[in-house]
Amino acid sequence: MSTYKIAVIGDKDSILGFKTIGVDTFPVTSTQAALDTMKKLVSDQYGVIFITEALAQGMEDVINEMHKRYLPAVVLIPNSRGTQGIGIEQIRSNVEKAIGADILFRKEG
Amino acid sequence: MEIRVNPTRMELNRLKKRLTMAQRGHKLLKDKRDELIRQFMILVRKNKDLREHIEKELTDAFAKFLLARAVMPVENLEEALMYPTKVLRLDIHRQNIMSVYTPRFDWVEEQSGGAEESSIYPYGFVDTSAELDTSIETLSKILPQLMELAEVEKSVQLMAEEIEKTRRRVNALEHVLIPRLEETVKYITMKLDESERGALTRLMKIKDVVRAKM
Repeated sequence: MSTYKIAVIGDKDSILGFKTIGVDTFPVTSTQAALDTMKKLVSDQYGVIFITEALAQGMEDVINEMHKRYLPAVVLIPNSRGTQGIGIEQIRSNVEKAIGADILFRKEG
Repeated sequence: MEIRVNPTRMELNRLKKRLTMAQRGHKLLKDKRDELIRQFMILVRKNKDLREHIEKELTDAFAKFLLARAVMPVENLEEALMYPTKVLRLDIHRQNIMSVYTPRFDWVEEQSGGAEESSIYPYGFVDTSAELDTSIETLSKILPQLMELAEVEKSVQLMAEEIEKTRRRVNALEHVLIPRLEETVKYITMKLDESERGALTRLMKIKDVVRAKM
């Protein structure tokens, strides 16, 4: 057992508040910068990485790769403009992957 | 399609053993899959509720933060938030759900700079606006739920992986390996019966020939 750190990646307006509660903040503006930050964080003892949906949009494959690993946990959060529903969509696709049909959200698919 | 083998009694015994083994494995895997799905559904419901709740709260906190940013000079804001009063540290334990290892997050807050018990606000109230206070209060209130969401969501992702794998194995056994083995067992039994009948008729024929000569 060792200690890990918590990080949040996002646009400055959304994530600055996280700094006060003791989370390491990494303000970035572009998807490319987010990607680089993510790579750096993965190899640096971060256990949980929060990232805003807006930035996550351009890097789905990296995030999906993280989901298959034991650590780190990558969690999507909304940004200051509200949620885009990607987080919920991920839960839905998890259900579909596991069960073969989407039985949680009562949609035929 | 059957497996190519020599139709011998030895081979038959070997195949039968493999078949019972495959059937046992199939039953076990099926049970594993069912239990995994049951636990998965519980977790996934929790995940959905948590996420909906957190997305609402976070958007709210961000909106307040945006307001604070609008009514305060940027320098003041950055100065106010420059030195957080605490640092979060994460202890990760492994937990085992149906042989799927998932992390459990325990977090501790450390006061930075050796200060005694301090408030959640890292700044004095003189230069800052009330919106900033409420925004930060909301954030620190949902932090436990955020960590729970991270844990639950990770578990859900790992379990979805495992369920998919288990389901594939069950299907491969059920629809490929077991029918193939059954068919091969049948083929060998028929072949053996056939050669037995062949031997019998040959014996009877020989007996006839021998008797006719006497």
